[in-house]
Amino acid sequence: MLAKVERKNIQGNEACALGAIAAGCRFFAGYPITPSSEIAHTMSRELPGVGGTFIQMEDEIASMGAVIGASLGGVKAMTATSGPGFSLKQENLGYAAMVEAPCVIANVMRGGPSTGMPTRPGQGDIMQSRWGTHGDHPIIVLAPESVGEVYSETIRAFNLSEALRVPVVVLIDETIGHLLETVDLTPPDPASIIERKWATCDPKDYKPYEITKDRVPAMARPGDGYRAHTTGLTHDETGFPTQDTEKGKNAIGRLLDKLEYHKGKIESYEAIDCDDAETLIVTIGISARAAKRAIKSLRADGIKAGLFRPRTLWPFPEEAMRKAAGKAKTIIVPEMNAGQLIFEVERVIAGKCKTVGVNRYAGDIITPSEIEAAARKVTS
Amino acid sequence: MNMEPHISAEEFDIRQFMRLDLFPHFLCPGCGHGMALRALMWALWEQNISMDKLAVVCGIGCSGRLGAYIDSNTFHTTHGRPLAYATGLALARPDLHVVVITGDGDCLAIGGNHLIHACRRNVNMTCLMLNNEVYGMTGGQVSPTTSPTRYTTTTPYGNAEPVFDACKLAEAAGAGFVGREVTMQVPTLKDLIKQAFDYDGFSFVEIISDCTEIFGRKNQLGESAEMIMSQKASTRPDSYGTRVDEPFRPNSLPTGVLVKTDRLEYRAHQQSLNPKGQK
Repeated sequence: MLAKVERKNIQGNEACALGAIAAGCRFFAGYPITPSSEIAHTMSRELPGVGGTFIQMEDEIASMGAVIGASLGGVKAMTATSGPGFSLKQENLGYAAMVEAPCVIANVMRGGPSTGMPTRPGQGDIMQSRWGTHGDHPIIVLAPESVGEVYSETIRAFNLSEALRVPVVVLIDETIGHLLETVDLTPPDPASIIERKWATCDPKDYKPYEITKDRVPAMARPGDGYRAHTTGLTHDETGFPTQDTEKGKNAIGRLLDKLEYHKGKIESYEAIDCDDAETLIVTIGISARAAKRAIKSLRADGIKAGLFRPRTLWPFPEEAMRKAAGKAKTIIVPEMNAGQLIFEVERVIAGKCKTVGVNRYAGDIITPSEIEAAARKVTS
Repeated sequence: MNMEPHISAEEFDIRQFMRLDLFPHFLCPGCGHGMALRALMWALWEQNISMDKLAVVCGIGCSGRLGAYIDSNTFHTTHGRPLAYATGLALARPDLHVVVITGDGDCLAIGGNHLIHACRRNVNMTCLMLNNEVYGMTGGQVSPTTSPTRYTTTTPYGNAEPVFDACKLAEAAGAGFVGREVTMQVPTLKDLIKQAFDYDGFSFVEIISDCTEIFGRKNQLGESAEMIMSQKASTRPDSYGTRVDEPFRPNSLPTGVLVKTDRLEYRAHQQSLNPKGQK
């Protein structure tokens, strides 16, 4: 029997909330911030009906703390915010990475630094989403380009977060967050929904941060008799803090190696017309939608243009991009900031071809014609 | 107030609830936090709260390190945020008995916003704030509860700031249960913590502790015994009531149960709302 197809015309922000609930999210703590607030609105309306909890906390820091608290209690949890709030959440986000508490953070990017342009789009948190919290840490960042992808990527965010015990950021720009598109909201196959690995061994043998082959330790659910200790201090396999640099090295090494080991599971990208592309466009989110249109016009005029779009922005799918850029003479990087993604592209391509940025950093989206013009300039 | 049969200190063996393999503990000689921990564990034992169903959420600082020694589900969170973490945990897992251990800097300075909203919100948990007037772990800096004129490593000429009265703050923010006790009389403190556990909602207990090594010595307050004796001497227990006139007992620091009001617990309140009636 075919599954019931449920199509609805909704906003990206609503799709994010509905995707989360479909993925099993049952706890949301947030703080009002434009342009992400509709995620909180939808959660406050929908969560009680599925036995979940919504709470509006006193600030961004508290919302992130409450999310981690709920996650440590064993419930799938998320929060949503925008640039200024994302900055405030960073310390606790680092804690989640360190204690390996699964959680999802939707960051709907506004324009500009500081308070910036709250109702206008931006892509200024590309680097903050990777390096926002202090110290070396694992984190996954997903960058959807449509309302439908916000739904499916939010589900994927929860699955990755639970499977790998790592915080996952869904990086949405304001345009996608407020874009209305018709989306297939068919609930995912229950078998595809991932639950974290719970400790089932004898409590006497339990090591909360055991170094195993798959780098993901089983989590103890409070109340199940494991009586584990959780700390943001550097801890060894027992979960207790250590000053032993050798043990610290092993523990942090395992933590940092986790995503590299599971790279195949995490990586996701779209490569269009890359095989013979002499002009490769690398971009994310709404800027990728503009790039797709630009490629069509460029190809019609015989310009060999292609698009590489990392759906998983971090860890950056570097080998796939290198392959996509095999024939490239120039890589164009359109982004709604003064140049962030271009740094990663330049690192990956290591001087093998020219890079050109197309930048808008004051609340405007990048148009197809701007990308086209940049491509025509480098090929003329 | 406490009508239960008296259980003597000798019958209560704290060691059975401790992670003894982590001993010796890190507390300085004379630190009052050990007595606070004993009172907490004693209260848990008398209330028959299972270590499996207990969740201890701590912040950062000397108080924050206590959790690691308790053989239970223990969470050492970020500086100032244990109440936020505990709120998420308590709402996600109402079957757990949630206790927060925090300090004067953790709870009143960096975490002050979380305290006032936790008091107002009334999620079921008990918050124990260990007040030793100083940031001990970071090297003895001035805190929001450091007495005026006291010397600390960041007030080398004396403290010019007035103290925060944590209990008045909690009361003003709407906390349904507020209490205060010194560490000198562990059984009295234990009984107060038990009453806080019994309260259905957010209960706040300030425990006046002493930092002998870093604060006491710098201010020539004497050894631990002298410090806790003078703390005790400054209190005015709630049991005095109006029976002892001010002129005869001028002691100013109220202790015991300071506030106890009937308030609907947050989760119960939330569940009483009709989802169909939502706008």
